Amino acid sequence: MADTITAAEPTRRDFLYIATGAVGAVGVAAVAWPFISQMQPDAATIAAGAPVDFDLAPVTEGAIVKLFWRGKLIFVRHRTKDEIASAEKVDVNTLPDPQPDSARVKEGHAQWLVVYGNCTHLGCVPLGHQGHYEGWLCPCHGSVFDTSGRIRQGPAPTNLPVPPYKFVSDTKITIG
Amino acid sequence: MEGHSTYVPKSGIARWLESRLPIGGLMHSSFIAFPVPRNLNYFWTFGAILMMMLVVQIVTGVVLAMHYTPNAKLAFASVEAIMRDVNFGWLLRYMHANGASMFFIAVYIHIFRGLYYGSYKAPREVLWILGVIIFLLMMATAFMGYVLPWGQMSFWGATVITNLFSAFDEIIPGVGTWIVTLLWGGFAVDNPTLNRFFALHYLLPFMLAGVVILHIWALHHVGQNNPTGVEVKNVRKDTIPFTPYATLKDTVGTVVFLLFFAWFLFYIPNYMGHADNYIEANPSVTPAHIVPEWYFLPFYAILRAIPSKLGGVIAMFSAVLILAAVPWLDTSRVRSASYRPLYRQFFWVFVLVCIGLGYLGAKPPEGGYTIAAQILTFYYFLHFLVILPVLGLVETPRRLPGSIAESVLESTKGGSATAVSAGPAGAVASPQTKG
Ligand code: HEM
Ligand code: FES
Repeated sequence: MADTITAAEPTRRDFLYIATGAVGAVGVAAVAWPFISQMQPDAATIAAGAPVDFDLAPVTEGAIVKLFWRGKLIFVRHRTKDEIASAEKVDVNTLPDPQPDSARVKEGHAQWLVVYGNCTHLGCVPLGHQGHYEGWLCPCHGSVFDTSGRIRQGPAPTNLPVPPYKFVSDTKITIG
Repeated sequence: MEGHSTYVPKSGIARWLESRLPIGGLMHSSFIAFPVPRNLNYFWTFGAILMMMLVVQIVTGVVLAMHYTPNAKLAFASVEAIMRDVNFGWLLRYMHANGASMFFIAVYIHIFRGLYYGSYKAPREVLWILGVIIFLLMMATAFMGYVLPWGQMSFWGATVITNLFSAFDEIIPGVGTWIVTLLWGGFAVDNPTLNRFFALHYLLPFMLAGVVILHIWALHHVGQNNPTGVEVKNVRKDTIPFTPYATLKDTVGTVVFLLFFAWFLFYIPNYMGHADNYIEANPSVTPAHIVPEWYFLPFYAILRAIPSKLGGVIAMFSAVLILAAVPWLDTSRVRSASYRPLYRQFFWVFVLVCIGLGYLGAKPPEGGYTIAAQILTFYYFLHFLVILPVLGLVETPRRLPGSIAESVLESTKGGSATAVSAGPAGAVASPQTKG
């Protein structure tokens, strides 16, 4: 056994092997990084994400308007009294992704719902005013959203997310 | 199986080359002298058919690429220009689009052939796994190719399939979104996505060709399986040379397949396509009924059958990857289903289940369809995970012929190869021994 122990004693050569290997590994990682990073959104794509203004005045009650920000679809929905009421009256704890309606709209602007327009399942565009809750119904795999854009049935795991936006006046929002 | 070549270069130039690069000998031993079992049926011509289809796809694809523009604003119009303006552009594009379907028809027959005759069993596991890799590469290639015309189905197919990766968010939040953004090169499927898909669609078929070479190398190392599943015992009695026998049989199979291909090409070129793909991509409207290409439908049905996003994605990928484990899941020592009375029945049930899943994949995901898809998905996995291992243990295989030659000679005598097997009973009845 004593032999083995002496043989396992690290030598200068072992150190050189390991050091060379480590430098090599760092080198490979350093070269790989640009090849992975180039796949990320480029500067122009990110710059296209500058905030956009949207005028709410022409959107009549009950209508859903679509617009794009950063290449992503956004729904602006002018909700009716009934739609707001039905979104507010549900017991939040029974929802798959519990969120009260008030957390999804801006205070004092409950008639305006602004959400991303791609289903949180696999990205299709849900159809407005359809499905059991008359919010949205996704034609792809049948996810059902309510008038607050919350998932109620089907494979989508989460509610339609609310993009960053703010009211600049009563009839104008800035998205982004 | 090696060392059967008797190649002797004839001309001086051939001798000169052979002593520097022995390619003549390699070709001769692979495609002329290579011994093939004498009892192969037409299911064994699908390898040659697949090789031909790969060449068809590469040749038509490279030509299409000379007229196609990989830009989100121009792609759709460039494909329409191929259809209307380019000389014979309609033919080349229909060849490529229908060629992809033909490629999949052939590969599915080829895979089920392997499952029926137990071609994945020792010593052909690596050969089989290389086949599964080819299948995966084909699926990736076809998926990205379908995105290129930038129609509505292209766009929404790309959106749905790339979004599958967002399911990783359910394991580590953020990781899925990161991967999807990386695939898109943006925040939605857009021009950068189209560009990279085009580059990869051009690249992958050549990688596929590389794996095909490994596949054939492995095949020529272990030798072909055959309808009895009995290994070659005597090369002289059990095999015949590749040329002219297999070469000619493959030619017949290929020509008949081409007739089938031509029928689609000239009479119903859009039958396997989808009308919505003649509408340009529109990121604000999803077509009412999106379906993938027919060859993905069974897997799509599995994806939708599972009511959870992550679960569906895992089930779908597992449905393909499980094929790689089949050599170890099947515990039977007999290869061919011809000698496995129970497996043969379960095999056909499995075929029907796959067809049923394909049918359901094209139906809307509601009510009875979803329940049926769930039952069939369950059976799909049951087949691999329970039926295959258990059958091998409980089934009594039928008596195997002593050799390939014996099975052939018996059937020409008019007797059933299995019932009247001659020779010492013990040796004849002994099932295949593994590895
Ligand atoms: C494994 C082999 C291949 C398969 C399975 C395949 C599959 C496909 C599919 C399904 C499409 C969509 C056809 C349509 O609906 O219009 C397509 C389009 C296309 N492919 Fe391929 N492909 C293969 C090889 C290649 C190669 C090697 C190239 C060479 C560059 C290529 C270039 C193209 C081009 C330019 C298009 C767009 C034009 C069009 O849509 O017809 N493909 N491919
Ligand atoms: S993408 Fe909406 S339910 Fe699947």
